[in-house]
This record gives sequence, structure tokens and C-alpha cells, in this order.
Amino acid sequence: MSTSRKWYIPYVSPYDPCPPLGPISYETPVQLYLGFQPQGMEQFSPFEALAHGTLWPGLFTPYTNPYLSKRGELNTDG
Amino acid sequence: MWYYEKKLQYPVRVGICNPRMAKFLIEQYGGADGELAAALRYLNQRYTIPSRVMGLLNDIGTEEFAHLEMIATMVYKLTKDATPEQLKEAGLGEHYVDHGKSVYYHNAAGQKFDMGVQSKGDPIADLYEDIAAEEKARSTYQWIINISDDPQINDSLGFLREREIVHSQRFREAVELLKEEQSKKRVF
Repeated sequence: MSTSRKWYIPYVSPYDPCPPLGPISYETPVQLYLGFQPQGMEQFSPFEALAHGTLWPGLFTPYTNPYLSKRGELNTDG
Repeated sequence: MWYYEKKLQYPVRVGICNPRMAKFLIEQYGGADGELAAALRYLNQRYTIPSRVMGLLNDIGTEEFAHLEMIATMVYKLTKDATPEQLKEAGLGEHYVDHGKSVYYHNAAGQKFDMGVQSKGDPIADLYEDIAAEEKARSTYQWIINISDDPQINDSLGFLREREIVHSQRFREAVELLKEEQSKKRVF
């Protein structure tokens, strides 16, 4: 299962004027990984589908504010 | 900073005196998917891209300036010895009145270079933009080659078209790098 958010640590200069913000996130939503959508994928109920904007849980990639969420597992090589 | 090498990335020979070609080539100079737009876009995007692919944008952005210089050389060679009357016949009358024989950043239709360079600050969105721009530049070179009957200019344009293909490939690889799962063990 792919993750829809990745993190990296940007270079921090000893001369930066502001304290470092720490890891930076970027989004890698599910459509980057799926390829051609396979037939017969699991479906939401019609009501859930309307609320989620998609019929398929496999395409549902909700967005949350990364500044509010717990910082993810870090990839030190950036 | 940059170092400058006082030579072109690939030789530019113009075999046929045809100022009209300059009007078509200028699309790659100051057009929306031209070399200037590419150079500025990549060098601007590199700040907000993960460190792993920052160097790629830096290198390709730099190379785009070398391509810009090749296009400028072609345009200038084609226009420097033309009379104002010949420039008018080539559809460059307005260019001449506005800029003389200076090369200038506008597209083939004469629209000034649009500073609306794409940069979204989202690594995936930016890289897909860049892949699309490389493919559009590749096709522009194809259309110019189709319209040109100068085999020597077409040789240089063929080189530039191939570079678009390589850049597109590198950007596609950059997307794959950014898609990689970070917990995944990498085996070499």
C-alpha cells in the first residue's frame, strides 16, 4: 500500500535567519501508483461515495493539514 | 553561481538565407514552452523541491540557457544581414520597428514573453508540469523541422529535440524517486 505523504529534511544553514521548520512534507496521492484501474475494485456505499467524491476506497486519498499532523517517519537522505 | 564557457553547446550552422525561419525559431526563444521559460521555471522550482532532485532542476535549468543561446545564434544569423524590406517580407516588420535587429523574447506570433512561468511549490505538480513542457518543446522542434528546408539548421534542431527527450526522461525518473516509499530498504 502506497503512502500519500512523504517527508524530507531540507538543508539547514547555520546562517538561516529563522529557526528551521523541520521536515517538509509533500503529497504523493494514490493516482501516482495505481496505473490502469483494475476491474472489480471494492466500492463505497452510494451514500459514502457521494460524501467522499469517489466510488472506490482505493482512490480515496483525503488531505489533512501537514502542519497540524504528527511528523511522519523521516527520510534522512532527503 | 555560474561559469560561462565561450562556445555553444552544439554547433549552429545556418545554410540558407531565409529570414522567415527566424520568425518561427523565435517561438523557442520567448514562447510559452521555449527555452527561456524552461530555464526560469526549473531554476525557480528547485528551491521547493526535495533535496534529492534539486540538483537535477539546477542542471537542466542551466542547460536550457545553453539552448537559449543556440536559438539566439540561429535567429541572429538569419536576420543580421537582412534589409528592413526583407525583414518586412519575412513577417518581422513589427519586430524591426520595435527592436531593430536585436533578438527579443516574444513568441512566433509576436506576443511578448509571458512571465507567468509555472511553479506551484508542490513537487509532483511541478515535475508533471516540467514533463509536459519538455514534450511540448519536443513537438515545437518537430513542427519547426517540418517547416524548414535547411538541413544544417535542422541538424542543430534535431540535437535540441533529443535533449528535450532526455530531460523528459530525467523528470520522469525524478517522479519515481519522489514516489519511493521511505521505509523501503534500498538494495544496491
